[in-house]
Amino acid sequence: MLRHAWLLARKDLLVEFRSRTAILSAVVFTVLVLMVFNFGRDPTAVAAVDLAPSILWVTFTFAAMLALNRAFQLELENQALDGLLLAPVSRSSIYLGKLIANLVFVATVEAVGLPLFALFFNVRLLHVLGPLVAVLALATVGFVAVGTLFSAMTARTRFAELLLPVLLLPFMIPPLIWAVLATAALLAGRPLSEATGWLRLLAAFDIVFVTLAFVLFPATVNE
Amino acid sequence: MKLLKTGRWITAVGLVLLAGVYVRALAFTPVERTQGMAQKIFYLHLPAAIWAEGAMILVGVASIFFLFLKDPRLDRFAEASAEVGLVFCTLVLTTGPIWGKPIWGTWWTWDARLTLTLLLFLMYVGYLLLRGAVTDPGLKARYAAVLGICGMCLVPFVHLSVVMFRTLHPQPIVIKPSAPSLPGEMLETLAFSFLVFTVLWVGFVIQRYGLSLVREQAEPHA
Repeated sequence: MLRHAWLLARKDLLVEFRSRTAILSAVVFTVLVLMVFNFGRDPTAVAAVDLAPSILWVTFTFAAMLALNRAFQLELENQALDGLLLAPVSRSSIYLGKLIANLVFVATVEAVGLPLFALFFNVRLLHVLGPLVAVLALATVGFVAVGTLFSAMTARTRFAELLLPVLLLPFMIPPLIWAVLATAALLAGRPLSEATGWLRLLAAFDIVFVTLAFVLFPATVNE
Repeated sequence: MKLLKTGRWITAVGLVLLAGVYVRALAFTPVERTQGMAQKIFYLHLPAAIWAEGAMILVGVASIFFLFLKDPRLDRFAEASAEVGLVFCTLVLTTGPIWGKPIWGTWWTWDARLTLTLLLFLMYVGYLLLRGAVTDPGLKARYAAVLGICGMCLVPFVHLSVVMFRTLHPQPIVIKPSAPSLPGEMLETLAFSFLVFTVLWVGFVIQRYGLSLVREQAEPHA
């Protein structure tokens, strides 16, 4: 199953790597959102560090949405999805493959976005980099897992690009709130113990929704 | 058609009983000491909130069984329950600010409980939008079931956050591990109101269920 999933993820990533359209637009989008936020705040009134966690997360949320919309849209061309379903691989490995590809995609955007964020907003990240990456990873896994599941459904509906955010945002907001709170605690230089409660919630969310997505995914593609 | 009629009757009984709740709450229940008359809205707010959340749980449970049994009745029930849940959620989100303004001094605050009720509202809207966006009836039912189950699983997280955040909203006073800390008469009025809201919920759901049945008969999908 893992091997199939990896093959599928590699296929998606290869398609992306060859064309580089989605990843480039997502990265440019991230840069632009960071710029908009910079001009949207009054630098004399609000300290960058107070606003920084929310800016970081809003940026990544919207960038991830771009990636998720693409995941199954890709398979609609030339009925590729039907071919995929006919192939002798289990449904769970299809989901896992899509999940891995999406995670790599979003992680790439985050890897580019984070240094830019530190640069633009003059936030010192290095001393909290380890825990911050943990928060990023936990929150990203949570909402990408749900997002991958939902994008399998919305891809085949009308107004797919609009419907996915509408369905996904209620599920993104709780992990987002916890991630923002944890990030705020970290950036303000408070002890790690203040963030562990939120980290634990994020981990619980990940476990529940990754499992759930695995179980429910076959119901979204079977005929 | 019979179901529609039954639903209408139950709803009518519920509405009459609702008038009874108003009478009892306004005339026969002691006035709360610090909040005065404003607290009366509590007797609508809490039962509606319980059913707004309960309806989501029922949508989830029906969805789980639907995925196993593929029984269209379960799907129709889930749809009806979601629609009624949306109505009750709207009720909570309107009575809440009306109560909040005189007591907290603000219509809305980004407190955990309020945020998460809004989230529940958006989840219902998303659920019903998804149903509207899929044309194939079999696909529609399965997609809706998947979303319904996810929605149900989000509710416990919502509750966990409510306990973890410190908020303006009062902590649970009725449904909590220790005994309810509400004076007897108020508790009785509340219980009565909850009963009436249950009757209303049943009436609404039966009507919506009957309606979708009629709709399916009217436009049969081959």
